[in-house]
Amino acid sequence: MSGTCETAAAAPLVDYALRLADTALILGHRLSEWIGHAPVLEEELALGNIALDLIGEARALYSYAGEVEGKGHDEDALAYRRDAGQFRNLLLVEQPNGDFAQTIVRQVLYSAFAQPFWRALARSPDATLAAIAAKAEKEAAYHLRHAGEWLIRLGDGTEESHRRAQAALDELWPYAGELFERDAVEDALVAAGIAVDPAALRPEWEKNVADLLAEATLRPPASSWMQSGGRRGRHSEHLGHLLATMQFLQRSYPGASW
Amino acid sequence: MSEKSMPLWEVFIRARNGLAHRHVGSVHAADAAMALQAARDVYTRRGEGLSIWVVPSGAITASDPAEKDMMFEPTGSKIYRHPTFYKVPDDVGNM
Repeated sequence: MSGTCETAAAAPLVDYALRLADTALILGHRLSEWIGHAPVLEEELALGNIALDLIGEARALYSYAGEVEGKGHDEDALAYRRDAGQFRNLLLVEQPNGDFAQTIVRQVLYSAFAQPFWRALARSPDATLAAIAAKAEKEAAYHLRHAGEWLIRLGDGTEESHRRAQAALDELWPYAGELFERDAVEDALVAAGIAVDPAALRPEWEKNVADLLAEATLRPPASSWMQSGGRRGRHSEHLGHLLATMQFLQRSYPGASW
Repeated sequence: MSEKSMPLWEVFIRARNGLAHRHVGSVHAADAAMALQAARDVYTRRGEGLSIWVVPSGAITASDPAEKDMMFEPTGSKIYRHPTFYKVPDDVGNM
């Protein structure tokens, strides 16, 4: 398709920023799908607020990626004119909303990682990443609080809410491993202290998630096999459908603004 | 959503230091912690707040609108309770 960006051969910092931006945007878009469908008005606004936090993070990261790349791609070009194979988001965040429990479990698994991640990235010598991270950490802290409180009440609620929360956990658990992956794209950045070593965040994530699950009376899945590939552009079938909706306007009317 | 599992809470927000908490509306929530979150998400989206109170609506004792004559009518004739009733002597200057 004409107008599609070519970012495959870009510098590691561009890839790194795109991975973070794509993950934030796709999760933000997923949450925005609840607008008009949330179980109660209060949650409609809560999920919308979180979606806007995430989309705001994505915008800042896309702008930075485009600036570092230096090929004139603005945030809209990066968000709306790349195809599924060029997206670098975690597989976890592109999984469908499912029922409310599935959305909450997805949010807990991601936010329990995002908060310590942004806290660590806020110490990066890269001033732009550090500034974006400092803002995002406060947002992620609330996202974790919000989803965590819900998970406790769903898990330790009625028989039905417990069953649904456990089913969501069992289904999404295999996507958690990708949170802690690190590859050649990041090695040099981590060595320079610019990027965060995600493996170092694993003990904190495991403790926080285990504490939440215990309070929610949910059983941690025993699954040892983990899904992988999102950060290299290998996605589940769900991402294409999401992009078809999200990118429709810019694909049909390139450059449209309002 | 039932009133039993998701009762009503009244929301009070203090916008700045030195101001009182003001009633801004209500939310439905399962318990106090969730009510606080809901209040934050519904009522502080434009930087309105520094502090939030939530109170179970059932804990509020309200006056009966049918008794408004008895409750409020008697004050209507007591105009001397308003500062504007009094003439300030010129010597006092601006107050």
